[in-house]
Amino acid sequence: MEPLALYIHWPFCAAKCPYCDFNSHVRERVDQARFRAALRRELAFEAARTGRRPLLSLFFGGGTPSLMEPETAAALIEDARAAFDAAPDLEITLEANPTSVETGRLAAFREAGVNRLSLGVQSLEEEALRFLGRRHDAAQAVAALEAARALFPRLSFDLIYARPGQTEASWRAELRRALALAADHLSLYQLTIEPGTRFATLHARGEFALPEGEEAARLYRATEEEAARFGLRPYEVSNYAKPGAESRHNLQYWRYGDYLGIGPGAHQRLTREDGALLAAHRHRAPEEWAARVARDGHAIVEETPLAPTERAREALLMGLRLAEGVDPARIEARSGGLPFVAAVDTAMLAALIEEGYLAWTAAGRLVATPEGRLRLDALLPALLR
Amino acid sequence: MTDIPPARIRNFAIIAHIDHGKSTLADRLIQLTGALSEREMKEQVLDSMELERERGITIKAQTVRLRYRAKDGQEYVLNLMDTPGHVDFAYEVSRSLAACEGSLLVVDASQGVEAQTLANVYHAIEAGHEIVPVLNKIDLPAAEPERVKQQIEEVIGLDASEAIPISAKTGLNVEAVLEAIVTRLPPPRGDAEAPTKALLVDSWYDPYLGVVVLVRVKDGRLRKGQRIRMMSTGAVHTVEQVGVFTPKMVAVEELGPGEIGYLTAAIKTVADTKVGDTITDDRNPAAEPLPGFKPSVPVVWCGLYPVDADDFEKLRDSLAKLRLNDAAFHYEPETSAALGLGFRCGFLGLLHLEIVQERLAREFGLELIATAPSVVYRLRWTDGRVTELHNPADMPDPTRIAAIEEPWIKATILVPDDYLGAVLTLCNERRGQQVELTYVGSRAMAVYRLPLNEVVFDFYDRLKSVSRGYASFDYVMDGYAESDLVKVTILVNGEPVDALSFMAHRSAAERRGRAICEKLKDLIPRQLFKIPIQAAIGGRIIARETIPALAKDVTAKCYGGDITRKRKLLEKQKEGKKRMRQFGKVEIPQSAFIAALKMDA
Repeated sequence: MEPLALYIHWPFCAAKCPYCDFNSHVRERVDQARFRAALRRELAFEAARTGRRPLLSLFFGGGTPSLMEPETAAALIEDARAAFDAAPDLEITLEANPTSVETGRLAAFREAGVNRLSLGVQSLEEEALRFLGRRHDAAQAVAALEAARALFPRLSFDLIYARPGQTEASWRAELRRALALAADHLSLYQLTIEPGTRFATLHARGEFALPEGEEAARLYRATEEEAARFGLRPYEVSNYAKPGAESRHNLQYWRYGDYLGIGPGAHQRLTREDGALLAAHRHRAPEEWAARVARDGHAIVEETPLAPTERAREALLMGLRLAEGVDPARIEARSGGLPFVAAVDTAMLAALIEEGYLAWTAAGRLVATPEGRLRLDALLPALLR
Repeated sequence: MTDIPPARIRNFAIIAHIDHGKSTLADRLIQLTGALSEREMKEQVLDSMELERERGITIKAQTVRLRYRAKDGQEYVLNLMDTPGHVDFAYEVSRSLAACEGSLLVVDASQGVEAQTLANVYHAIEAGHEIVPVLNKIDLPAAEPERVKQQIEEVIGLDASEAIPISAKTGLNVEAVLEAIVTRLPPPRGDAEAPTKALLVDSWYDPYLGVVVLVRVKDGRLRKGQRIRMMSTGAVHTVEQVGVFTPKMVAVEELGPGEIGYLTAAIKTVADTKVGDTITDDRNPAAEPLPGFKPSVPVVWCGLYPVDADDFEKLRDSLAKLRLNDAAFHYEPETSAALGLGFRCGFLGLLHLEIVQERLAREFGLELIATAPSVVYRLRWTDGRVTELHNPADMPDPTRIAAIEEPWIKATILVPDDYLGAVLTLCNERRGQQVELTYVGSRAMAVYRLPLNEVVFDFYDRLKSVSRGYASFDYVMDGYAESDLVKVTILVNGEPVDALSFMAHRSAAERRGRAICEKLKDLIPRQLFKIPIQAAIGGRIIARETIPALAKDVTAKCYGGDITRKRKLLEKQKEGKKRMRQFGKVEIPQSAFIAALKMDA
């Protein structure tokens, strides 16, 4: 039976950040009990359909899940352990923001069973934090990291770079300070402008410009260099970890395994017993989602089996983000038996290998080289059939 | 049939530079003689096509018949022939002029004589016309009638002492023009009893009547029911209607010697009516046709392609409809690797090309790409054959060609002294040979022989820019001459782009090849692979640019919730690739080639 990863979405934030296009909502008051009940109900509904499967990981994302009551997390963790065969070292991650309020509740989340914390630090520069619309300052970020390190066995944090006007030297300096804060995992994202965000409006108006092309590539390479000095390897396009400290939950997405997504707007991929792979997602609006769960037990708005080529495309577009690349046999299996050579343009594959963007490993895996990963969005439409 | 004898008919044309007031004067003459009521009068009645009115250019010859009671108390019929005003239609102009006995030369009293005016005056002199100079816009403060009179005498060699000062706009002194037409222009001569001989001046397609033929009767008569014969083709038709333009079409019994009017004869397309042909009676034909007939031959060719490949059929239909009314326009299907399916089209000149393109866009709603215009080269093969080359892409292996000949023009450029140096430099750069350089007051008149090839490239734009728009330019075709010409091929990623290849003189090949390479470098988006852009003569690379590979293109965040969106985006990108042209392992958006060609124009 395909093992599962479980994602639980908490859709609320204290404020909407100008770069964020995630499904997050700001409410004056949140009915914690109502959303706790709805999340538990939807999890129970899916668990009943799915059956007892091995559970690899649980991830509380958002939104800002550190704004949820710790007892909600506790109840959901308990439900998940009861419904699935949890691995003994089940990875349970919580996303949190480094504001003082949330830092004060970290112990309670640890108590609830969370064993990995992912902090949305975003920058260690005051000016950058203000530009990014964050509600914490650099000192609070450092305090949160220290508190978290004392509490959680595993710790990761996010930074956003390639910001307007950021030089390579200043980014290297900031990143070194961050790496010295001794996390074993970092998510380092280049700032991108997503449609519908406040940054999209400002950017279109020409109020700021981002490093692009060669400049962005230079910053990316600098990031790899700095991370390597501290023993962190880029195991995915934007994720760096010491060996063994990779996010097991996110690896499940990139390896195109099964995952269950509970909560407003959550997506899932689940293998049915007949071998079909079902893609589903849920209603995005929190209140409507909760109402539908209360009525039907779930708020799925669409659930469709994916065609073999779609499955192969998804497996490849995710898998080539990883340094470990993809195993053609696994792609074939996950796409319902579509031969690998039918999923890719083999002439283009040869050209991309010759150009040094892709390579075969000794173990027969296809990997994107660092230069290939840097151009993955252009590479995929050329490679995939 | 008119009740007025030839002695009281006057056929005249108006010669003027664009904007010097030809159409306005025509309007005034029509108004003064009461041919149209005030209500019917709309600005510039004669330029009926929307495009013509907008650009102030007459494309088709048109005519209007005016009745005028002169000071001698007699009533006269004045036939005003409005002629196409541009060099591209020089042959059409000469046929229109051949239908008349005299011309009004209209010159803007502040601007003076322009190159275009000159060319047309010479046509009129060749046609044996009596010419009456008219100084227009005399009401403007900048008018200098005395200076312009002097210019007319010096440059054209006409007696301007009796030039008529008028303002067509205000109507000032226009009456004097009518009187001069009667007193100073000769009446037509002709023999009403001789076999019918009529000049085919122009023709156009009317959706109700079929082809309408504009004629000038020289001898004999034309009447309804008559069997007529086109002397160049031998085609025979039965006349359905004859008539005159008032300017509305009015049927008459018959047209006699000296008269200008129209006939219809169930003719299907204008291609069956050759401008300059002689129409005679089938049963009692004239022994000799009128002199000067020559079929119209395109001198400039270019490829026309639909931007949207789905519009190909629509383009085919539109070209066919256009050809119904424009026999000078030629087209044949053509395929380009870069642009897909399209047509190779032949034109009388650059303006004709522009007009056709605009009409296709405007009347048929087609978005088109035009390849760089090419002149018609003559290839002398080593085996002795001589063929024409309309498309540089068709240039054969040069080892089989003994010599290439290219068409030359004789260009007349009038330019204020201040800009003369720059204009001469431009002409010399374009392989020009100076024929004559004279001064008229503060303006210079330079006559140059130039290869037409150098003119179709971007000569007009350069001339305008080096003279700040003050230079005026006109030309006549001036034969073929052998030249050291090469075909320059543009290669993208090592593969030739047929639509961008061009012929050039060896001395200009590198400069122009480099210009196109540089342009493409800016237009083609960066890709996974670096792309060499080269210009080559045969196997020899003469210019090279390289588009570097794109530096970075990867989504920063991609987790379980992003996967559907990412896949759909990918599928859309793959769909978009269908509008790309494959050059080895790189794909170039068609829009890049379109932009490159647009910048050429």
